[in-house]
Amino acid sequence: MIKNSVALNKLDSKLVMAHMYVAFISLFIGGLMGLLQTLVRSGTLVLPFGISYYQLLTVHGVILALVLTTFFIIGFQFALMSKTVGMSDKQRDSAWFGFWIMLFGTVTTAITILLGKANVLYTFYAPLKAYPTFYIGLALVVVGSWIGCFTNFRQLYVWKKKHPGEKSPLLAFMVVINMLLWFIATLGVAATVIIQLIPWSLGMVDTVNVLVSRTLFWYFGHPLVYFWLLPAYMAWYAIIPKIIGGKIFSDSLARLAFVLFLMFSIPVGFHHQLTEPGIDPVWKFIQVVLTFMVIIPSLLTAFSMFATFEVTGRSKGYTGLFGWLKGLPWKDVRFFAPMVGMITFIPAGTGGIINASNQMNQVVHNTIWVTGHFHLTVGTTVILTFFGISYWLIPSLTGRKLTKKINTLGMIQTIVWAFGMSIMSGSMHIAGLLGAPRRSSYSTYGGSEQATEWIGYQIAQAIGGSILFIGIILMVYIFFYMVFAAPKGQEEFPIAEVSEDAEPTPKFLENWKLWIGITVALILFAYTIPFLDIIHHSPPGSPGFDKIIR
Amino acid sequence: MNRLEELWLTVSVGILVIFMFIIGYQTFALGMGPPSHKETIDPQQVDQIEPFDEPGLKMLGDKQYEVVMILQAFAFTPSHIEIPIGSEVEFTMTSKDVTHGFQIPGTNINAMVMPGHIQKISHTFNEPGEYLVVCNEYCGIGHQAMSTTITVK
Repeated sequence: MIKNSVALNKLDSKLVMAHMYVAFISLFIGGLMGLLQTLVRSGTLVLPFGISYYQLLTVHGVILALVLTTFFIIGFQFALMSKTVGMSDKQRDSAWFGFWIMLFGTVTTAITILLGKANVLYTFYAPLKAYPTFYIGLALVVVGSWIGCFTNFRQLYVWKKKHPGEKSPLLAFMVVINMLLWFIATLGVAATVIIQLIPWSLGMVDTVNVLVSRTLFWYFGHPLVYFWLLPAYMAWYAIIPKIIGGKIFSDSLARLAFVLFLMFSIPVGFHHQLTEPGIDPVWKFIQVVLTFMVIIPSLLTAFSMFATFEVTGRSKGYTGLFGWLKGLPWKDVRFFAPMVGMITFIPAGTGGIINASNQMNQVVHNTIWVTGHFHLTVGTTVILTFFGISYWLIPSLTGRKLTKKINTLGMIQTIVWAFGMSIMSGSMHIAGLLGAPRRSSYSTYGGSEQATEWIGYQIAQAIGGSILFIGIILMVYIFFYMVFAAPKGQEEFPIAEVSEDAEPTPKFLENWKLWIGITVALILFAYTIPFLDIIHHSPPGSPGFDKIIR
Repeated sequence: MNRLEELWLTVSVGILVIFMFIIGYQTFALGMGPPSHKETIDPQQVDQIEPFDEPGLKMLGDKQYEVVMILQAFAFTPSHIEIPIGSEVEFTMTSKDVTHGFQIPGTNINAMVMPGHIQKISHTFNEPGEYLVVCNEYCGIGHQAMSTTITVK
């Protein structure tokens, strides 16, 4: 039985909030680790109790890139699904089941890292070898998220059965695309973790095929970033128009962009492996070309968003080439935070194109430029949009109001974040161009002149990092205030309608078999020959190394 | 589709296509592609297998050198190499343990060096000076100490 599909009922709110607690506690822990890292790297802090820089770095990466994102996204998506297509008791039970498995996995991995037995960073490249529970915990997080995937698929399926011939609600369509993307992508990381790394770390096999493991990881690693980005796009396309008092520019364009993301974000993993031996340069180039294809839906999105803004501004009577900008609610944090994120995506995306540009990658690969890049993409564009979502989602779930005071505090939080990140990410980009490596503890490299140049930028990173940590404290305060202290009331769950001027959505956009078919075909095209080549030319395997990480 | 949108997409996709042609031309016609050497080696027998049984700087001809180098946590062998100015140097490298990076800041030399695989990358050193070499892939607790120098004079 589908329950009331108009508002979120209490049981669904509880489910979503459970995910949010994990997300915001993770934000605090992960952010603290980030702060400590920048301080160590500036040469001003030596860690006590024999804690290693790389242990902090592992916690920071796992807790923010894997835990915060996954829990926030799955929770947010359950809210969207419950709102648009509804959730039955059975579906809610399976959602809770997935949640507990993910949480159990997270705790298992976290304990292993805290005991210092898994200083392998969140990419856990073999043959660095962590204690088995590190991998087992991560596998459980993935398996738990799969339960979330299939719950979402089932929700839309049941709704379609009840509404024959109708197009699915836009947000439900987007959630299902993102979960399909996630499911297909995580098959790769699950394969390396379950088939290669767990048996190897348990001592059941002696050696591991390093290049196969890395290739499977990066088959997952790039779509992972789109799994983070697409929920932000959901908010941009289908929620922000409502907040600014406008309409969705085009339903079919939004769906088309999401379909293109599904097809082109997976067969591109080699662009993370461009400087690796053992991979054919022609196939690297083919995947670089496919990477360029995935820029197109982002360009579509940029157009759609600014079209929405301009149409809305003008409909409010503002004229002139840029006068319509005045028609936007700059003082509403629900708009302001995601908007700052959106603007950040311009330099962030440009940096991404540089990273993916085959030989140009050699200039920046594994330098701190890359760290600067993803602190703009996921660390600003995505996270500021997630914060922007929280300002209405959390009070609407807890039956409270977004007060004026919190709105102002949120505006300050956004500015603090953008300011701190400009300093931190900016100096990371510059230091990276000068050659400073990422993922390295403080080092003067034997007093080298070049390395001395980097130290100033590392101090700047610590200043930016400290400002960002103030931003994190503010956000965590805002979260708990909205959960426990804000005045009771009803906060709107904003979902925009499609503009009357938009063309009707063609039926083929919902041809799931077609889109999944093309996605699989592209993956097989991009990976079959080079992957067989990698296996065919495999060297003898590598034994594990666990002493050098302690 | 909206007319302005068509224009926007045509222009931006056009720019992307130009990018791709430039990258493709540089990679395949000018040989500037990223390092992708495909020979393999038994990572547990590196010391016994040619040419890694004798790592070091080898002269191939006038101002032409090969450096056969082994990377392991947390050192480069050989280290502190000296070469004459204007030399073209090909680095032939492998790892005895985990994955390492080989980067010379200030040049375009940046390559992953993985156990089981032999990696090659070349560079002509036209400027005199002391070049820093760093490992840029996390390789363990002493990763930040893994560096050496190349002196060009």
